[in-house]
Amino acid sequence: MERQAVKMSREAFLSGRTKPLEFRLQQLSALLRMITERQTEIATALKQDINRSQYDTPLLELIGLENEINLAIAKLAEWAAPRPVERNLLTISDEVYIQPQPLGVVLIIGAWNYPWAVTLSPLVGAIAAGNAAVVKPSELSECSSLLLRALLPRYLDQDLYPVVTGGVSETQELLKQRFDHIFFTGSGSVGRLVMEAASRHLTPVTLELGGKSPCYIDKDCDLRVACRRVTWGKFVNCGQTCIAPDYILCEPSVQGRVVEGIRLTLLEFYGADPKCSPDYSRIINQRHYNRVMSLMEGHAAVLGGQSDPSQRYIAPTVLKDVPPHSRLMQEEIFGPILPIVTVRDMDDAIQFVNEREKPLALYIFCSDKKAARRMVEETTSGGVTVNDVMMHYTLSSLPFGGVGQSGIGRYHGRHTFDQLSHMRGCLVRSLGMESVNLARYPPQDRQRARRVRMALRSPMIDFSKRTFVWAVSATVVAFGLFITLLVILLIASGLNCTCWYWHGFYN
Amino acid sequence: MSTAASPSPAQWFKTLRRTRLGEPCLRTYLLECGELLKRAKAAFQAGRPIKESFRLAQLEAVVQMLVEHECDFVEALGRDLHKPRFETVVSELILVKNEALHAINNLKKWMQPQHVERNLSTTLDECVVVNEPLGVVFIVGAWSSPVQLCLVPLVGAIAAGNCAIINPSEHTPHTAELLHRLIPSYLDNECFHVILAGMNNLADVVELKFDHVFFIGNREEGSRVAQAAARTLTPITLVLSGKNPCYVDQQCDISTAAQRIAWARFHNAGQSLVAPDYILCHVDVKARLVHALKCCLLQFYGTDPQESRSFGRMVNLESFNRTRDLLWRSGKLAVGGQVIEAQKYIAPTILTEVMESDPIMQHEVFGPVLPILDINNVDDAIAFINKQEKPLCLYAYSSNSKVISRLMSETSSGSFCSNDSILQSLMVVLPFGGVGASGMGSYHGRNSFDTFSHRKSCLLRGTRFECVTYLRYPPYEDRNLSLMTWASTLSQKSQGWCQLL
Repeated sequence: MERQAVKMSREAFLSGRTKPLEFRLQQLSALLRMITERQTEIATALKQDINRSQYDTPLLELIGLENEINLAIAKLAEWAAPRPVERNLLTISDEVYIQPQPLGVVLIIGAWNYPWAVTLSPLVGAIAAGNAAVVKPSELSECSSLLLRALLPRYLDQDLYPVVTGGVSETQELLKQRFDHIFFTGSGSVGRLVMEAASRHLTPVTLELGGKSPCYIDKDCDLRVACRRVTWGKFVNCGQTCIAPDYILCEPSVQGRVVEGIRLTLLEFYGADPKCSPDYSRIINQRHYNRVMSLMEGHAAVLGGQSDPSQRYIAPTVLKDVPPHSRLMQEEIFGPILPIVTVRDMDDAIQFVNEREKPLALYIFCSDKKAARRMVEETTSGGVTVNDVMMHYTLSSLPFGGVGQSGIGRYHGRHTFDQLSHMRGCLVRSLGMESVNLARYPPQDRQRARRVRMALRSPMIDFSKRTFVWAVSATVVAFGLFITLLVILLIASGLNCTCWYWHGFYN
Repeated sequence: MSTAASPSPAQWFKTLRRTRLGEPCLRTYLLECGELLKRAKAAFQAGRPIKESFRLAQLEAVVQMLVEHECDFVEALGRDLHKPRFETVVSELILVKNEALHAINNLKKWMQPQHVERNLSTTLDECVVVNEPLGVVFIVGAWSSPVQLCLVPLVGAIAAGNCAIINPSEHTPHTAELLHRLIPSYLDNECFHVILAGMNNLADVVELKFDHVFFIGNREEGSRVAQAAARTLTPITLVLSGKNPCYVDQQCDISTAAQRIAWARFHNAGQSLVAPDYILCHVDVKARLVHALKCCLLQFYGTDPQESRSFGRMVNLESFNRTRDLLWRSGKLAVGGQVIEAQKYIAPTILTEVMESDPIMQHEVFGPVLPILDINNVDDAIAFINKQEKPLCLYAYSSNSKVISRLMSETSSGSFCSNDSILQSLMVVLPFGGVGASGMGSYHGRNSFDTFSHRKSCLLRGTRFECVTYLRYPPYEDRNLSLMTWASTLSQKSQGWCQLL
């Protein structure tokens, strides 16, 4: 069944339907309509999957998606147009440009934490770039994936964008097929398997993986606001966000105030008992629930710690003075547990971050801009937000992606289009002016070599300082000479003036 | 000259072990590769290659190395590939120099963080994309242009601030040994190393865990390297050779086209990633094309190309035998065909009446043999090209611009050039790379810099204006959501305006 879907998708792509921009725009508008018209059904599915509150859905998933689609619709013509580049002496009379081309059939494997945003956002880029796409939503968010399978064919071209649902075996079957690009969002271990399967067909991949995103809270910062923002970022979607701040790094002197700040914020957000709050989600399934609970073992919670297996509910939990080598600090938490690790100062924090794998995101709370900038420069991560969490994800002009173990490739906005296109270098010459080319043919001699060297010179115009100075002084001298020449000519031709002089002399 | 430490005792010892000039160095064992990787990583973590002045100094050292040792390179390539001096200087040394100079002139601009367009909620914030080096990169060059294919990616890696370990191909031992000897004298000894791992060990070396792997070569090896990289989640750039089609239309200035095709095909004795591999010739002009090609070959290499100083040789016996077999089992011999095993010489050869099923059309032709297939019209040519794997380059010769446009839009390839060959891969400004089976990623000029950099998105906010941000916090209320949704309708008019999160 999977093979059939991929085959149909490829045939549909080869028919050339996706080439005209009007078709792509029409598909994008249809996708937009689907999201706006079916919002309630989507929200219901999410509530059943992960107990997402009805306000969180548009906030976290749909508004962002709508913006991506609108941006693609508005800018598609600009993105798909040939991009001209600088020419050298040899190609001065030719057309030289980079032409974006569709890749073919793209496989999009979605994740369960934000099933709509993470699965459909790459689809927007795939459609815009003129590809066909096989969409495989995550089976863990069952209701959402079934809803997507029902809805997508009603709005988009059925052959070009099939939805394949299923579990591990269906995914493995899909990965055996050949694609032109695979876009995967999920965990590092599965990401590795996806990349290995892709490498057998020499298929390029974009991997949006996770990792432990550190959050450094400096002692000189507005702690109240910092705690509020961190709390929001950490506990939204019950901590199941790839860019959620995984753990906090702070100095021992502020640890107490941080805990207090978080406690007050939790009261504000979810009330005294988060279990009763309609805005607090649940863990996706029993396996993940058990995994998160086992991470908590051996640690005493200073906030929260309650749980209810029947509802897969884990209270927002904060642990302090967590030892850096504990199991909790070795794997990505992906749950509502927030460990605080103490560090001596910012340098210590920088070293702590650099000793570990490159994370997907890094958060820094600090009022000193210089210090924050220094930390940004001396560490590396997929992205950084200073004095807030997760916001770099929302700006579509910023490329979003990981580095090292946190991922390969980037997307959002124009970057998705570029990632899912092939940028083909094109040189359009003519068969005329062959005399210029004669220098390159054998048999060769020194003179020809010199001519070719000149023609291949790059850059064509030397913009260095020395040339600039030379050019300016040459211009000044030339100007001076020109003025002198003008004066001489004027004197010579303006004989009346000189005659007048001579007249005067003889008179 | 860079402020480099003198070569380590192990390297001196290796140099002493060679008795004659040009005798290839012993292989670098896996353990030693691991050691070099550790040293490079330590140098990177200490921050050595990151400063702009360091990068500029290293790039200038590369240029100096090429200028001062031009004769050595010419000699080494002459021994390995019988490459004429002209080809070495123009297609190898000048290319690397241009890349290095281009990088030197533009480095400051490339290193600048880029400010990006903001939306309503981030108007007061700083949104930048910062270019960061990746770490230690592994560059595997190919043997067809051993200097250029190793050093051009190295220029990109240096410009991006990385450390690098280079592996020149074992098939061109003299050039590999020359690079192995020269690079420690010009570039920083902790950051840049040259290893000589055989093709069989490449996968093991890749699994030592680099931050990026850059591979140029053929498809099988590329696939093995890609799988090894996947096991360690290492990003990879592949530039793989294949069969580059070349279409010759009926409306075309045959003599000029023949000259350009002959030059492209037979330079370096046909051993080039970017040369046209086979010709799809319109039946009406085939005879004229063959005749014109014959004349060109006479003009370029004389009556006996073996005597010509401008014609190269096959790199080794294995390649020679493979090409000779393909040549004997396919099509009809129109020009050339002479072979001399002792010299690994194959005459510039043109085959006609080649069928799609012939052996020469099933494998890459990495030698001076040019098969010509008959084609009735452009549609057939496009259909034929699309049946094959996507090639690294696609060429089309025609005076009709409509034909050129059709070929360009209805096919896909790494790069495209009309009415000429190879030039598009020499230009610093065009991205050069493959697609599909011909590879992934691209390089040259700014594209090299981007390939070897991580573009980190940074959003620097302030903690004031919490009065706006509060809208996103729970407990959620209808009022807040209505406000958000109302604001997002503003975005219908100007995209990306609203995200009042």
